[in-house]
Parts: sequence; C-alpha cells; structure tokens
Amino acid sequence: MSASPELQRDMLRQMQTIRRFEERASDDYKGGDIYGVVHCYIGEEASAVGICAALRPDDQIISNHRGHGHCIAKGADLNRMMAELYGRVDGYCKGKGGSMHIADFSIGMLGANGIVGGGLSILTGAGLAAQMAGNEGVAVCFFGDGASNAGSFHESLNIAASWKLPVLYVCEHNSWAADTAAKKTHAAENMSDRAKGYGIPGIVVDGNDVLAVYEAAQEAVARARAGEGPTLLECKTYRHRPHTERPGAVDRRPEEEKAAWMARDPIPMLVEHLKQQQGQFSDEEFTAMDDEILAEIEASVSYAKASPFPAPEAALDDVFAD
Amino acid sequence: MSMREISYGRAGMEALVEEMRRDPTTLHLATDAPPSLVEEFGEQRIRATPIAENAFSGIAIGAAGSGLRPIVNWSMVTFCFVAMDQIVNQASKIHYMFGGQQTFPLVFRSSVGGGTSLAAQHSQSPYSMFMNLAGLKLILPSTPYDMKGLLKSAIRDNNPVLSFESTRLMGLKGEVPDEDYTIPLGVADVKREGKDVTVIALAWLVHEALAAAEEMEKEGVSVEVVDPRTLFPLDNDLMRASVQKTGRLVIADEAGPTAGASAEIAALVTEDPATFKALKAAPKRVCALQVPIPYSPDMENHVFPNRKRIIAGIREVMEAG
Repeated sequence: MSASPELQRDMLRQMQTIRRFEERASDDYKGGDIYGVVHCYIGEEASAVGICAALRPDDQIISNHRGHGHCIAKGADLNRMMAELYGRVDGYCKGKGGSMHIADFSIGMLGANGIVGGGLSILTGAGLAAQMAGNEGVAVCFFGDGASNAGSFHESLNIAASWKLPVLYVCEHNSWAADTAAKKTHAAENMSDRAKGYGIPGIVVDGNDVLAVYEAAQEAVARARAGEGPTLLECKTYRHRPHTERPGAVDRRPEEEKAAWMARDPIPMLVEHLKQQQGQFSDEEFTAMDDEILAEIEASVSYAKASPFPAPEAALDDVFAD
Repeated sequence: MSMREISYGRAGMEALVEEMRRDPTTLHLATDAPPSLVEEFGEQRIRATPIAENAFSGIAIGAAGSGLRPIVNWSMVTFCFVAMDQIVNQASKIHYMFGGQQTFPLVFRSSVGGGTSLAAQHSQSPYSMFMNLAGLKLILPSTPYDMKGLLKSAIRDNNPVLSFESTRLMGLKGEVPDEDYTIPLGVADVKREGKDVTVIALAWLVHEALAAAEEMEKEGVSVEVVDPRTLFPLDNDLMRASVQKTGRLVIADEAGPTAGASAEIAALVTEDPATFKALKAAPKRVCALQVPIPYSPDMENHVFPNRKRIIAGIREVMEAG
C-alpha cells in the first residue's frame, strides 16, 4: 500500500524533525552543553521514518550508536531526548546514558546501543517474546553495514530464521564503517544477498526514498506478523556528516562520493515528490512546517536547560532493580 | 519439615522445573533441550539453540526486557566467553544505562571447576572476572540444599544472575526439604562452627575445608568453615564476624589467586578496622596455582588446592600467632 498524502506529510515532518534535532545537538555539543560524543544520522532519515511508519505503536525497535533518528521515528519525546543529551535528571535515562543510550521502553524503543552489532541479538530476543506472546507484534533492528560483518549478525539471523521470529533486520548501508570504506571490509556489494544463506528474503531498497522504504517495510512487516519469519531489508543510504561530530574529526570519504549522495538528499526528494504528485504542497508550507519544528527543538532545549543535573550520588542508583 | 536426599545436579534441575511451573513467563535456552523438560513445558519454552552463545545470551537479554524471565544454560562456563559482549557490555549495564526504566530478570547457568582431566579450556573457575562488573549477581552453591534454594532465588530475582555450579559436586548427595524454599542472595552460611581459625571456602573447597576441619579437630584445633554462597552480594558481615571471633583466616578457592574471589575476600575482611585488629596472623590463601589447568592427572592434581593444602594453610596461620 502506498503512503497517503497525509502520511507523506507526517513522514516529511518526522524526517525534518530528526534533521533539526541533530543539527541542534551538534551545535550544542560543539558549544559544550552536550558531552561525550554525538553521532549524526543526518542524510539517513528516510530509513528510520519509512520503516517506523509501517509499525504499530506496540512493535519494538532497537537502535545503535547513531540512534536519534530511530528514537524520533518511533515517537520518542524530544524534550526528554534533549534533556538526556544535556545530562539532566529529566532525560530518558536520568542522565546515565547520553546520546548513545537513549531508550523508551514504553513506546517500544529498546535502546540505542554503543556496541556495533550489540543490539542484533537483543532485538532478536524481543522478537522471540513477541512470538511467544502471540500478539502479532514485530521487532525491528536497525544496524549498519559495519555491524553486518560482526558475528552477532550471522548468529542472530540464523536463529530468527530457524525459529521464524517476527523480526525485521534493517541494514542501513551507508558504505562506511566509521572511517573505513565498506568495499575494504566485505566483498559482496549487497548485504541482503546474505539472506539467501539463511533461507529468508533479502531486499535492497533506495534508503533515501522514504516511500520506497515504507513500501518494502510494509511487506516485510506483514510477513513477520503472518508468522512467516524475518526479512533482511537493506537501505542504501549515506550520512552527510563524519562518523562523529567531534571537532576536527577525520572524514576520509571522497568529495565526489559525498556530493553525489548530497544531491539525493531524502528530504528535498520527498518535498519535490509532494509538490509534483499532489500539487498541493508548496515551499511556503514546507517553510512553515520547518518553523514549527524549529520551535519544538528550541522548546526541547529550554526543557533540557530547565531540568537540573542529577545529584552526584544518584550515580549509585539503578545498578540493580528491586 | 520433611527432608529427602538428592544430588547437587538434581537439586539444580528441581529448582528449574519448579520455577518454570510456578512462573509461565520463564523459558529455557540452551544448546541442548532435555526431553523431560520439552515433554513438560513444550518446545516454545524449552528452546534448543544453535551453538551460538553470543546470540542466545543476547536473545535472553532482549526477551527479559520484553516481559519474559529467561534461564540460559551455557553448559560449561568455558562457552560463555564468546558471549562476553552480551554479558559485559549489555547484561551488566543495561538496567543502569537506561536509567532503570526496565528490568532484565534472567539467569545464566554454567559449570565451573576442574578435576576431570578436561584440560585448560574446560576446567575454569572464572567467577572473579564477573565480580568485577557492577550489575551482575553471582551465586556459587556448595550443597544440594544451597543449589536449589539459591537457584530459585536467582530465577525470581529481577536482575541478571550468574549461577556457577561446581562440576566436582554434581553427584554430591544432600538433604533438601520437600516444601518450597529459597535462600536469599547475599547471605553466607557457617558450614561448621569453630573458634580458632576461620576457613572461608568456595564450592568444592567447602567440602575439602570440612574434611580438613575434621583432621585438625584431632589435633585440638577448632576450625570454622564459612561458605559465602553468593559472590555478589558478598556477606561481609558474617565473614568479618567469624574472623573477629577466631582471629585467623584461611581462604580456599579452586580458582587461581590473582585478582580472584580470594583476593577480594581477603581485602574485604582485612580492610575493616575492627576485623584487622582482631587478626592474630596474616591471612593465608589456598588456591589453584596460577597456570592454565593441565590435562595429565598428576599435573592437574598438583595445580589444584585440596584438603592437605588447607591443613597446611591452617597450620601456618596457627603457628604464626
């Protein structure tokens, strides 16, 4: 089923929200209000948004170190996200996690994860729980081409395929594992070709085309809900930013390669599509939408700044559950 | 309370079966699905996994965070090392780093120890590696009674718990109650009361220490044998109280001494000023030699501690003061 005009606008709004959130996070990181490290998803927004648009609220996802986009696409609260980046008590993790560990279990966001490949098996366990609950719930793992070369990829896909778990493995293939080119670390062009070895469907989709991602996700999700097992969905995409936002971070990617992908920015692509296909969307409307988003981001920063830092002794809380 | 005699291995199985009957959210993940368990609980809850410990340990974490209560059996502890990312980076930290918003109730079972000529890889006692991580609870039972009661508590606990189970003790018989019971985590047990020297012993070494105590009794030395039973939390109060009473401490562990549980226990007991003051002699550790475990029986026996070495250790601290 193709996306309705309303859904397309919602998706555009989410993609632009992710972008504006991360632009602000990057600025405030460089300004010293956000600590540690920030990995930006900018350029890859169509993947998270297209996939999550095909999910139910009670479906579960897991993310990675580049996780802001997945959180927002699953419906996370911008205020609590920003407060977490600011290390404040009202952050999602009460200031214990930061950018790499945002989670909101109440909306089925099982956490960003700082270990490449670390989330693959955990998410597979969420799929097992969904299967055992018998509620047709689906679990989605977002990971990169780098994680696809870790052993946990093979082990997890093999088990999910054997047990026909309701899982969607989304490989966001951005061609770079941190600062190493994908072509230096695996010979196959498409990660999805590996699906054949597990006896499951492997699909390649233009990860910058949110409508194509959405349609592919719907098919894979329907398959999972029907009890037919997992799908490996590979979204070909590209990050506009270096691996991290650290000032002076290296970026070894060739300028021509970057320029070619920048020209296929998923957000202007969807804006153009809306304008052409429906003739009802205008640049003015997009500007108005963007202004609203910027106001939401500003409000999230105000929320974060108004939230206190955790008491130092709070470091001793939450090591164990009761 | 009516009692009956069962083996240490049987006690673990009974704890598992009774808890799986009690709580329908439990499930079992291991490379082997015992037919008796499959028959009672079905293939959905008794999962035979591929030999892929990294994945099925992570699957247990994800299932735990999604409302289930998984019990994983790695079989030998050896096999968990390919799952270290999931144990170290995920299980021990996942509750904390997400601000405590979700609980992860799960148990990882494995056998530890040597004495069966299985050589270096399959004769390990690496529990102290996990004591070093904040966020995991660790049990190390020495009797059928403790095995059943501790494993039941571990399964009911809302945190990741590692159950280390001694290979040498699997056939050991002992009494357990017919009724349901649990042993709280973090409570040590005095296996034998004494007044001259405290031997804090772990797992199989508890029984070697008890044998040593019998021997020393003949020489008029009264030995108290303390079994911590859980390595996290450790029952500092009971261990310190015993040493304050006897004034002498021997620590016996099947693992090597370096950064081992024995080192942690020695530090915890002696860094307490009141206990330190009560010491009449320097503490003595009786541990495996710090080498990989060799295959050939004479070499293997030479590496592991035993009752004779515990006796030597007791004599040493008795002579020192």
